[in-house]
Amino acid sequence: MNFQIAMLLGQDGVTNGAIYALLALSILLVFTVTRILLIPQGEFVTYGALTMATIQAGQPTALVWLLLGLSVLDCACDLYAAARSSHGFRFPRRIPLKLGYALLMVALIKTLPLAELPMAFQVLLTLCLVVPLGPQIYRLVFQPIASASVLVLLIVSIAVHVTMVGIALLLFGPEGARTRPFSEAGLELGPVTFNSQTLWVIAVSLALIVGLFLFFERSLYGKALRAAAVNRLGARLMGISPTLAGKATFLLATFIGTLSGILIAPITTLYFDSGFVISLKGFVGAIIGGLVSYPLAALGALGVGLIEAFSMFWASTYKEIIVFTLIIPFLLWRSLASRHVEEEE
Amino acid sequence: MNMQVDALKQPQNQVARMLLEVKDLSVAYGKVEALSNASLCVGEGQIVTVIGPNGAGKTTLLSAIMGVLGSRGQVHFDGSLEAVPEVEVLVGRGLGLVPEKRELFASMSVADNLLLGAFQRHRRGDRSHGQTLQEVYELFPRLWERRDQLAATLSGGERQMLAVGRALMAKPKLLMLDEPSLGLAPLITREIFRIIGALRQQGVSILLVEQNARAALRVADYAYVLETGQIAMQGPARQLADDPRVIEAYLGLASKHQEMLAS
Repeated sequence: MNFQIAMLLGQDGVTNGAIYALLALSILLVFTVTRILLIPQGEFVTYGALTMATIQAGQPTALVWLLLGLSVLDCACDLYAAARSSHGFRFPRRIPLKLGYALLMVALIKTLPLAELPMAFQVLLTLCLVVPLGPQIYRLVFQPIASASVLVLLIVSIAVHVTMVGIALLLFGPEGARTRPFSEAGLELGPVTFNSQTLWVIAVSLALIVGLFLFFERSLYGKALRAAAVNRLGARLMGISPTLAGKATFLLATFIGTLSGILIAPITTLYFDSGFVISLKGFVGAIIGGLVSYPLAALGALGVGLIEAFSMFWASTYKEIIVFTLIIPFLLWRSLASRHVEEEE
Repeated sequence: MNMQVDALKQPQNQVARMLLEVKDLSVAYGKVEALSNASLCVGEGQIVTVIGPNGAGKTTLLSAIMGVLGSRGQVHFDGSLEAVPEVEVLVGRGLGLVPEKRELFASMSVADNLLLGAFQRHRRGDRSHGQTLQEVYELFPRLWERRDQLAATLSGGERQMLAVGRALMAKPKLLMLDEPSLGLAPLITREIFRIIGALRQQGVSILLVEQNARAALRVADYAYVLETGQIAMQGPARQLADDPRVIEAYLGLASKHQEMLAS
């Protein structure tokens, strides 16, 4: 291995590592606030990438019907809840907003010349289509069982994952897709050329991590989410409802997942079922952080990306095995080093 | 028939304006009824205390009123019926609970803990919590000194102050305090009771659950005695403090020590 190859592998590793880090952070965020291990996180990545690809191909994506369907179900739940409310029936004002949004999306997808749109607008449209799915899934699937045990939540989470993979096959078909890179130019630095998309991935990931840090450290809503993670009862007594916190974290997680998908779509070919392995590697990162520490999780995920890249060079057939075996020493170390904490009181 | 006689015999908490009215509240953990048909009321500007031995259901009572626990019965707060009390709704309407375990955000700073107390106000567009924060710091200068420390590093008394301060940040009309003196040093206990008195001056009504019966009866206007999940006695606090049954059970020799602690 010479310097140039090492640089190439390093570049590859950091790019993937950055994406894994984003996924690790969102998995961690969702877990600490809601106790849900977000297995479907990878599906948001593929939904983002494949929706972007369909839009670039100029086809009206069928995803918009999923959005509309979930919105209708969501509104039905709202109506049902309002009808059973102890304060008498009051028509939830959110319903026209939610339905209006979904219908607007349908109209946009049907009328806009999708393929000719500027790239930034395509990205925005993809985000607008995919991100609302997260809070809707929380509302429909997890909110009714919010107080269930971690195991039940995990099982349901796996079910959501399987369902979403199936729906992805239905919506996007079995073919893989790749999108156009954000910009063509690369950056030459001595003997190595940095792929422009690599730079995009790293820049956006860094910006997102800084943004998340500011959100959680500075804004009251960010603090409220942290509070809900630290002490659920304490947060409820401050009027921070677990439902609101759950929806907000799912919104953030979906946003991060979708954006990750859009970012890596020009680098790797993604299929309807590619998401699972990607989010699993983010999960390994989150485990390295002990499912509590954000910086450790991000570093761990970056490490996963690098190890993956270099093991591809030396033993490409074993790269997944190497990455996932990595989790064992960390689990051992974690379980030996940390006191056993009772999960439920 | 029997009920009517009871109603005649039993005194009622007579107040100008009712803030909290609880009727026949029952809570069951599985088959065990922790609270059965408890009724009580708190008027505006009043300090009402619920005393009783360990395991009488005092904490259960507060948790059920707040909606943390599921219950049967009626809770009227500030003029409207909460058929199913919901924590977030009640917090928004001005009911606060300082739970026995404080439930602070341990890994966050004192200032952030206080700030989060105003979360509901902020959400509804009320940006005046800076003023309240100042008032809380005036009430508890200790918290100002420790504002950048993590809540986990505070002493027991400071944690209690933080829990009360955090609840005050929501500007509650009625504050429910669950064993505020539990596990605190005598001087701090006295300080806490002084603050309870001061809160009333500011127009906050208080529902106080205490094991330190003597101190609680001294500060309160009206009192209920809760025994094995039922309201066993009630009356104006001063009157109850002179009741031989109360003296024997809660204010006897054993509690002389408590009095020394709290006076």
